[in-house]
Amino acid sequence: MTSSTHLLGETDDTAPTVPGLIRRITRRGMIGTTLATALAAPAFAQSAPAAAPAGGDAAGSAVIDVNRARTAPIPIAIPPFAGGTSQGDLVSVISADLNNCGLFHVVDASGVAATAPGGAPDFGAWKGTGAQALVTGSVTQSGDQLRVEFRLWDILPGTQLQGTAYTTSASNWRRIAHIIADVIYQRLLGEKGYFDTRIAYISTIGPRSNPTKRLAIMDQDGANNRFLTDGSWTALGPRFSPTRDQIAFISYVNKIVRVYLFDLSSGTRSLVGNFRTMTFSPRFAPDGNSIIMSLYQNGGSNIITCSLSGGNVRTLTSSGAIDANPCYSPDGSQIVFESDRGGDQQLYVMGADGSNVRRISFGAGRYADPVWSPRGDQIAFTRLGGSFAVGIMAPDGSGERILSESFDVESPTFCPNGRVIMFQRGAGTASRLVSIDITGFNEQAVQTPTSASDPAWSPLLS
Amino acid sequence: MNIKMLGAFAAVALLAACAKPAATAMSTGAGQTVTSGPAPGSEEDLVANVGDRVFYGFNKTSLSSDATGTLSHQAGWLQKFPQVAVLVAGNCDSRGTEEYNLALGQRRADAARDYLVAQGVDGSRIQTISYGKDRPVAQGDDEASAQQNRNAITSVQGHNPQEGTGTSS
Repeated sequence: MTSSTHLLGETDDTAPTVPGLIRRITRRGMIGTTLATALAAPAFAQSAPAAAPAGGDAAGSAVIDVNRARTAPIPIAIPPFAGGTSQGDLVSVISADLNNCGLFHVVDASGVAATAPGGAPDFGAWKGTGAQALVTGSVTQSGDQLRVEFRLWDILPGTQLQGTAYTTSASNWRRIAHIIADVIYQRLLGEKGYFDTRIAYISTIGPRSNPTKRLAIMDQDGANNRFLTDGSWTALGPRFSPTRDQIAFISYVNKIVRVYLFDLSSGTRSLVGNFRTMTFSPRFAPDGNSIIMSLYQNGGSNIITCSLSGGNVRTLTSSGAIDANPCYSPDGSQIVFESDRGGDQQLYVMGADGSNVRRISFGAGRYADPVWSPRGDQIAFTRLGGSFAVGIMAPDGSGERILSESFDVESPTFCPNGRVIMFQRGAGTASRLVSIDITGFNEQAVQTPTSASDPAWSPLLS
Repeated sequence: MNIKMLGAFAAVALLAACAKPAATAMSTGAGQTVTSGPAPGSEEDLVANVGDRVFYGFNKTSLSSDATGTLSHQAGWLQKFPQVAVLVAGNCDSRGTEEYNLALGQRRADAARDYLVAQGVDGSRIQTISYGKDRPVAQGDDEASAQQNRNAITSVQGHNPQEGTGTSS
């Protein structure tokens, strides 16, 4: 059993570069470090291989897979952690993550003692709640340091699946909760979770005819909302770097529509290339080292790639049509984009060098906003016909499924494991963010302090 | 945060309030008799006596005969007031996606700009911008509103009716 180290981001409060608005935020963090230590299963737990194989087939085991959990969410009990902290309620954050994803059902744990005398759970008592998995934990705070121990138990076989202790600065308590929820997700479902993530989006306030649109960022569950730009210039279309603390976005600085990078650790904005005409629809290459975007020229927009500073420009399309919203496949070998080259907006896939362009959308209506799933097996899109719809299809265009339809829904983004998409519903100053499982169930409103659009889901932070 | 946001709005309102007197002040003078109409060569003059906007069909960027008529008047007006620089802003209705509409709005602005240039206006006097579907002049989502929102709006630089923000820094 080895120890592993997670770096946690310091989440607040240094060196605002725009007074009161931009705060320094780091993703992989400089200051706070979390040490995660594996905890051995107590001797009294039966056999207890602490690393029970995911997908284990022990009778009644809580360990299943995502497909089965969609049909029958795993009942899990998370009684209050022992000890406590002035910082907040970890159990509430963990429970909300698991409940909201739709694959778990957090059962009422009141009235059941977390552990029997001696420290082991009273599995008999927990069976009575209907729970199949149990999370126990303790929190101790000393000064600014927080130590969180947690154990995940498989109730019916009576085994410990995971035991880990985290130490970190107290201000990171929400991240510890999300990391624990991700560990639970991974141990019981056999794949990585997506709770320790952030959402970048566009916040809109003011009149619809003249709105103030700011770049904003928040935790995946809506906590820790911050505005990154002050609204002097309209901001649109943020996309996360897969590898750095950077967001690419569109800004109207000096009334010229161009793509910029926002550096989260310094709070600074930099222009991606001094092009003479509009640039938009940025997205990072999978290695994070280059940008792919649209460059408007002579009535159309070409898809180009360039370095993060705008150098080394390569033109991939020059059809004279509006080619927009390019997005790489996760392996970087292909690019999906939208184009009106055939008369109206449709989806096309091409090689990463611009070769072998073929249309993949053939349903009724126009198609836009293609996004390649991090799993590689799906492309999310917006479809426009009589109304707007958000859906997914395979990269060859087969198996199209509409997940949500209304006026208007658009701008889908995948969570890091590809199981959930988030998109915007509603126009102008009445838009909201919504998440939905890619099978079309478990639609959830995402809380934001203002009207919100253009969501972009970050990679896992740790 | 709320206080800061209110502060930002207050600043915008003040700028807007300042802008109008400035425009009127420009119009007085030169020994002209004060008339009741807008000052010649002003944004108000453009709106009231020339027509500041042209409209497009759904997902279209071609100019109708109404549109070329308006643009011809704009070209004549611009030649009469050679010191005036303008912004041509392309706009879209709410029935398209955000980023496609940025390009569509730019096409509309370009179509209007190109017509003005073809009529003899120096292209260096004309800046273009696309607001996509983000600055609708009509607030509804019905067809009547959509028709109003598929446009290119010409304005005297600094007096764009769609620019309430973005002028302060």
